[in-house]
Amino acid sequence: MPEDLAIRTEGLTKRFGDFTAVDHIDLKVETGEIFGFLGANGCGKSTTIRMLCGLLAPTEGKAFVAGMDVEREPERIRATIGYVAQFFHLYGDMTVRENMELFGGIYGVPDDELASRIGWWIERLDLTAYRDVLGADLAMGTQRRLSLACAVLHAPKLLLLDEPTSAVDPLARREFFDVIGELQDQGTTVLVTTHVMDEAERCNRLSLMDRGRIRAVGTPAEIKAMSGGRIYSVEVSDLSRALEALEGRRDLRGAQPFGRQVQFQLRDGGQGEADQIAAWLGRQGVECGPASPVRPTIEHTFLSILGSASDGGEGE
Amino acid sequence: MSSAEPALRTDGLTRRFGQTVAVDGVSLEVPTGDILGLIGPDGAGKTTFMRLISGVLVADSGSAIVAGHDVTKDPEAVKRHIGYLPQAFSLYADLSIEENIDFRGDLYLVPRDEVEALKEELLEMTDLLRFRRRLAGRLSGGMKQKVGLICALINRPKVLILDEPTTGVDPISRRDFWRIISQLPDQGVTVVLSSPYMDEAARCKHLVMIGRGRVLAKGTPPELRGRVRGRIVEVLAADVRAATRVLNDLPCVRRITPFGDALHVQIEAGGQEVAIARDALGRIGIGDSAVQEVAPTLEDAFMDILAQEGRVA
Repeated sequence: MPEDLAIRTEGLTKRFGDFTAVDHIDLKVETGEIFGFLGANGCGKSTTIRMLCGLLAPTEGKAFVAGMDVEREPERIRATIGYVAQFFHLYGDMTVRENMELFGGIYGVPDDELASRIGWWIERLDLTAYRDVLGADLAMGTQRRLSLACAVLHAPKLLLLDEPTSAVDPLARREFFDVIGELQDQGTTVLVTTHVMDEAERCNRLSLMDRGRIRAVGTPAEIKAMSGGRIYSVEVSDLSRALEALEGRRDLRGAQPFGRQVQFQLRDGGQGEADQIAAWLGRQGVECGPASPVRPTIEHTFLSILGSASDGGEGE
Repeated sequence: MSSAEPALRTDGLTRRFGQTVAVDGVSLEVPTGDILGLIGPDGAGKTTFMRLISGVLVADSGSAIVAGHDVTKDPEAVKRHIGYLPQAFSLYADLSIEENIDFRGDLYLVPRDEVEALKEELLEMTDLLRFRRRLAGRLSGGMKQKVGLICALINRPKVLILDEPTTGVDPISRRDFWRIISQLPDQGVTVVLSSPYMDEAARCKHLVMIGRGRVLAKGTPPELRGRVRGRIVEVLAADVRAATRVLNDLPCVRRITPFGDALHVQIEAGGQEVAIARDALGRIGIGDSAVQEVAPTLEDAFMDILAQEGRVA
């Protein structure tokens, strides 16, 4: 049993009727890493996470958390993991402190430690002012901090975060990831889903999921290298016409509007080819500045691997 | 509306909730065909501002002219000429995508043949044609947002107001979303949207940063990036912690932000301080090639403008 892996799945599959939400995935997450679990809306990320938590039984395949089979040892696994769901799942009619007391109790935090752990997390997550505020009365960002606090009270070895920062401002997001970094320093493994690419940059490794399958795995640098084809940006006079013209070209992988600029990705070649495309746009009657190279981001890879294949999927 | 007249003009727009001044004397002019991004920390007043200019909420003082009509005097006229997509909107779960759009068109008294033509075009652009008969209750988050956008556009608004339209939306749906938004200015439509994502804010023509109900900064994305004090240096370090420790000891270092396998370090003032940082890093084996000056990002600007306002240590 590879105890060194925090998560291991073998052909993990979940079907709902005719719909295969998770389709034979083999996932390996190393102990102590921050793993970004990326994918389109409805691609099966949340379903996978629920199976890892033991909240949902797989149709086929196996999942192990810290070497334990999620189906055979659900109770031990629950003590090992902390889970923050995509939507606020705490009690709106209980205060911040009451929510934390309840979750600490459910997860079996010893009574003599509970008060001091709650105090520590309340301070660390800037919840002091909200200690006695009802869950329902908290702003979104504060609710998310409370959800995290409730999920880490029992010092889980594995933290599963499902879009913990959506609708949270950049400052709060940064602070959230600082806390995640501190948990990593203490040996916690973190699996996090996000649609925010600057957050994906802060992960040690990433996977891209699409319609139930894992399509790519690697470090952020490796993932960026998979974007396939160099990317250039040109300022244009007429955005709609430029897009229309560029989208018709077979030698491009795609074109995207960006402010007053259009970004396009070549299939082959570099600056010379990009200059030719800018000149060609000019001949099409689109006034156009010089082509300047754009550093590939994770989003570029995301779009080039998953972009053409998306079918929207079912709601999760 | 003449092109010289701005699509949106607010003058001292103010709204209080009890003791809190949610929007505090905001004066803005947004030219026709602009894509204006509202950014700012949570609770800054962005949503309240959007509700005020949509005529959903009444201002305590000040005025707003939207699409040629005064919101304070004639909110109903404004509502006819705008599209507003709030953060938490709902579709009828038991109606299909198409039925939701048709119904919205009926509410706005848009002739059926116009609804048909526009609906086809927008469903195609958002890659939703195949799903037109799917019930709204069975859509993923990204699809719901796209349908919300189509509904907000069905009355051919002059001003489109979108409150965090792409929150929780994956990059593919976000690309579809922007494909539509970017083309609206060419049709004379003005867009006002809010976003917590700085990579998305970078796609807007102009940005307004709001904090505690007031305008903290405005300009094009490059102009806001230009507001960052000092310089940004990117440091590639195998041992990020050691590098952070060394940099933290330097008085010229304002802020260190992890960015993937690198650190973004904001350094006060100019070249000499950058050299000091290079020396300090060199002493722990981080060579010159791993330290390079980079252009500040919008996120750097966001953090620094807040810091200048005393919001962050």
